[in-house]
Amino acid sequence: MIQHLSSLPILLPMLAGVILLMPPCGKSVSIRRFASVTFSLLTFLISVALLLKVQIDGSLVYAIGDWSAPFGIVLVADPLSTLLVCLSSLLGMVCILYSCAGDDEQGSYFHPLVHFLVLGVNGAFLTGDAFNLFVFFEVLLIASYALLMHGGDKKTTRAALQYVIMNLVGSAVFLIALGVLYGVLGTLNMADMAQKISLLQGDDVYLAKIGGLLLLVVFALKAALLPLHLWLPNTYAAAVPMVAALFAIMTKVGVYSIMRVYTLIFGDEAGELAHMAQNWLWWLALATIAMGTVGVLASQDLRKLIANLVIISVGTLVALVTIQTVEASSAAIYYLVHSTLVTAALFLLADLIGRQRGKVADRITAGTPVAQPALLGVCFLIAAIAVIGMPPLSGFIGKVWLLQATLNTEYSMVFWALYLVASLAVLFAVAKAGSTVFWHHQTNGSKNKPPANMATESSIKDRVQPVQIVAVIILVAGAPLMSLFAGPLSEYAIGAASQLHDFNNNIDLILLGGK
Amino acid sequence: MELLYAASVGLLVSCGVFLILRSRTFPVVLGLTMLSYAVNLFLFSSGRLSLNSAVVLGQSSEYADPLPQAFVLTAIVIGFAMTAFVVILSIRARADLGNDHVNGHVPEINNKRKV
Repeated sequence: MIQHLSSLPILLPMLAGVILLMPPCGKSVSIRRFASVTFSLLTFLISVALLLKVQIDGSLVYAIGDWSAPFGIVLVADPLSTLLVCLSSLLGMVCILYSCAGDDEQGSYFHPLVHFLVLGVNGAFLTGDAFNLFVFFEVLLIASYALLMHGGDKKTTRAALQYVIMNLVGSAVFLIALGVLYGVLGTLNMADMAQKISLLQGDDVYLAKIGGLLLLVVFALKAALLPLHLWLPNTYAAAVPMVAALFAIMTKVGVYSIMRVYTLIFGDEAGELAHMAQNWLWWLALATIAMGTVGVLASQDLRKLIANLVIISVGTLVALVTIQTVEASSAAIYYLVHSTLVTAALFLLADLIGRQRGKVADRITAGTPVAQPALLGVCFLIAAIAVIGMPPLSGFIGKVWLLQATLNTEYSMVFWALYLVASLAVLFAVAKAGSTVFWHHQTNGSKNKPPANMATESSIKDRVQPVQIVAVIILVAGAPLMSLFAGPLSEYAIGAASQLHDFNNNIDLILLGGK
Repeated sequence: MELLYAASVGLLVSCGVFLILRSRTFPVVLGLTMLSYAVNLFLFSSGRLSLNSAVVLGQSSEYADPLPQAFVLTAIVIGFAMTAFVVILSIRARADLGNDHVNGHVPEINNKRKV
């Protein structure tokens, strides 16, 4: 059992999804919720167990069907991938918990779909084979298509149609890229590709370059990098909040793939093709931050604002990834975990706030006061401080770290200026949004305290349900916990990043050490 | 053979791209289908084209690479599922939005012409 541990974060959600489709779970709502929460908790615990095992025994390579590395498909559980598997399992669990308040019944098959999405995301993080990566991308995409339609209206259908068409074209490009790379290299095992790419000669180099850059286009589409980011704000704002929170991990799958492919395959050892896209990516990442900032300032409602915050975080992450040093990558890993948790928390909070404000919903204007200002306000304050990056929460540590990591790079001053202005703009926009939503009321129109009888006004239905607040608190608690345990976490991130950059170790591990 | 093969892949891709750039969902879905056909053909050729060669050992003197065939099979299955989904989604969009435009609304110029 223990040697199959690295495959369990993929197998368990698949099993859970299938079981949840079957009669006892399919018919009764309470059984379905119970089974779904149990399974997601189990997936999370197994992911944590895998993380601990990797910490103790070093990275694991699992050859599926015992076909060894260059021929069969391998799953690589190293510190980076297991950390992200834990993150996605946690996010899946929180979203399922949140949906148990009643949102899961707005459409059919919510629970199985979430498990399938977690399956796809975990698979994409763990796999060491490029074609297998494509398959897991498709698994997570088709689950995300269906989840996006969950409980939706006209607006959602339009956003979903555009999202699906965009991603289908992306999948076609992905396949063409894989075809080109396979035609040149004769392998799609990532470690084997990394080894063979430096041996290419003549025209094959250009073919490999085409393949690699096409891959980059696909990953940039998933990650929502600048010219390909237009789908994101509409999609995230149209999705049901817990689905949007779950989608917070999906852009990170794109960033993770860029990290893997461009550090391992097209990294230092790639001969002529080493760091071929670095300059492009760096400026595109900066432009993405700028665009996200403009979007944040222009947002009319909370969900759009958070969706634009996601774009800023993607830009920041990609900028860090292109620097290609251990320090930058470790900062990226820390920032990735932080930004995923915080944006997911904000999506859920925006929903809770929107529900209590009646007609104005989550639009950033004066309206009906929130029924539970203390509870939601404190949660929002913590999440906002974390996302802005003010001390003492995790955002601040991430920000200092990433500024430090970029200090010695060529264009660091451009990055510093842009990033700090962006932070200021985010501070301004989020503070304005928070104060408008919580303090400006239509009835009295001033910053007075909300009327005392307000709690009785709101109906029971709109009040935050215990499972919802538990889900939000799990995510919001991430920010203080990540700054409290910043020491061990940053050590972990540095370890994961140094393993990511250790070319020979990776090759040996995957091609020779496959058990 | 290579020229014919490459030309047909190219033709399918260009038709697909042209159709995807149309504004109504039906041509877009057709375009996506054509693009996926082109991709399948392309993937198949990544193991190099050869005649009379088997993928099973001991069946012929020359061997073809079996892996691209497995890729194509996977890609066909996934592409089929995705096409089915996008067809259903377009029908739903036609019902929900009242028109079959990808943007969800009929462009202004068309309205004026009708009037």
